Amino acid sequence: MALLSLENVEVGYAQTPVLHRVSLTVEKGEIVTLLGANGAGKTTTLMAISGLLSLQAGTISLETACVVGLTPSEIVRRGIAHVPEGRRILPRLTVWENLELGGYLREDERMLKQDRERMCTIFPILAKRKSQLAGTLSGGEQQMLAIARGLMSRPKVLLLDEPSLGLAPKWVITIFEIITRIHREGVAVLLVEQNTYLALQIAHRGYVLETGRIVLSDTASALANNPHVKTAYLGG
Amino acid sequence: MTSLQLFFQQLANGLTLGAIYALIALGYTMVYGVIQLINFAHGEVFMVGAYGALSVILLCTAAHLPWPVVLLAAALGALLLCGGLGGVIERIAYRPIRRAPRLNALITAIGMSFFLQNALMLCYGATDRQFPSLIPSVRWDVGGLSFTGMQLLIWGSSAVLMAFLQVLVMSTKLGKAMRATSQDPVACALLGIPVDRIIAITFVIGSALGAIGGLLFGLYYGTINFHDGYLMGMKAFTAAVLGGIGNIPGAMIGGLVLGMLEGLGAGYLSSQWKNVFAFVALVALLLFKPTGLLAERVAERA
Repeated sequence: MALLSLENVEVGYAQTPVLHRVSLTVEKGEIVTLLGANGAGKTTTLMAISGLLSLQAGTISLETACVVGLTPSEIVRRGIAHVPEGRRILPRLTVWENLELGGYLREDERMLKQDRERMCTIFPILAKRKSQLAGTLSGGEQQMLAIARGLMSRPKVLLLDEPSLGLAPKWVITIFEIITRIHREGVAVLLVEQNTYLALQIAHRGYVLETGRIVLSDTASALANNPHVKTAYLGG
Repeated sequence: MTSLQLFFQQLANGLTLGAIYALIALGYTMVYGVIQLINFAHGEVFMVGAYGALSVILLCTAAHLPWPVVLLAAALGALLLCGGLGGVIERIAYRPIRRAPRLNALITAIGMSFFLQNALMLCYGATDRQFPSLIPSVRWDVGGLSFTGMQLLIWGSSAVLMAFLQVLVMSTKLGKAMRATSQDPVACALLGIPVDRIIAITFVIGSALGAIGGLLFGLYYGTINFHDGYLMGMKAFTAAVLGGIGNIPGAMIGGLVLGMLEGLGAGYLSSQWKNVFAFVALVALLLFKPTGLLAERVAERA
């Protein structure tokens, strides 16, 4: 049984269909990447999973339970955390408060505080910046905060939307190291990433989305050698 | 009375009215903060608070209870009534159209305001209603200035409520969720924050503060009329804009500043013109500092 599975998911904005019969799975302990050009429907897929968009057809389930129709808040409670594109940290709250709100649904105060300390060991920069307003952080630091905040809910699956977008090269490497570390600690990852090369290096499997349809799905190494993927996403 | 005494006396009178403005202004600014809606029905919610308090006071005085008990009962009654009303308004009038264009919500707010105003008129009549003078008329003279028990009650209770609100918003989990929702509701939903519930709670708290404003207003002026909520609502809205709409300390300061301007204007120029001073102050401020005294920054996104 897959940890997260989408079956024939259809989503549209108003009259325009965006996703056609999208099916994919993420197994426990996997990093799965979703590749595709701008506008292919990657972000839409993640938003459908986290309950921000409603489905026209299809099902989404976490372990054995269907999560379609639940509010985003309930979906977080079930164990799916979504780190959205553009980071969307809360700029006028402190780094510490951002982390605290990441664990909003958790009742175990003590464990929550421990987790916040743990985030500071994974992301040392956050410890240094903890009482600073999050809006004053650099892009890379904000991305760290966004990922740490997502982990505060103790998710089973982490959805990451373009974590390296717009970051300096040294931060890109750090972000990818962090993703593998998160995975080692037992969190499955569904990664949407414009840096196809790096995404395929750390992922186990991948799907290619084109104009709302899954056109390819294979292991990451097979995708990296696939002629279509090479020309379309890896620059020849 | 020396000129200095006159000045401070008018200042004190202005601060009394200003404290009531501030309590109402908080409701406007909190709601604006979370959903960017000017809730024009808030002035009427305030009036519901005044009438609700009046009903409780009439009931309790008929039962010959001592005045502090009556006062507490009236405050509690108005608080619960308006808190509930605020929640209901949000649920039935604003939530269904939250994703509609802003103009729709604005028209709905104005419609809700008319509805409540007329409901009050039907329930309590169109004529002025006498508010029993509950507070013993004590007066202290300090340095040539005189303060009434009523003024101390208004200052004391609004200071306590504002301090309470400040602690709630700044240091509790609920308050942090409220501030977060005002910055980015979508990001909040992804963190598991039940955004709809936070918005509803914001309405409830804002309306409850307005309710206490209504009780104090009735006690201070001694008579209330169903359409008083319109002008008081407008003034409090002015106060909220003056302080910087969306900013909680701004609404408190805006209310006090507006009250002081009116008090001084009434004392030195003419009390008939006090509404003119209030709105001239607003126009002048908007000309030179359109964001208000304490500007609430728009969410900066990278």
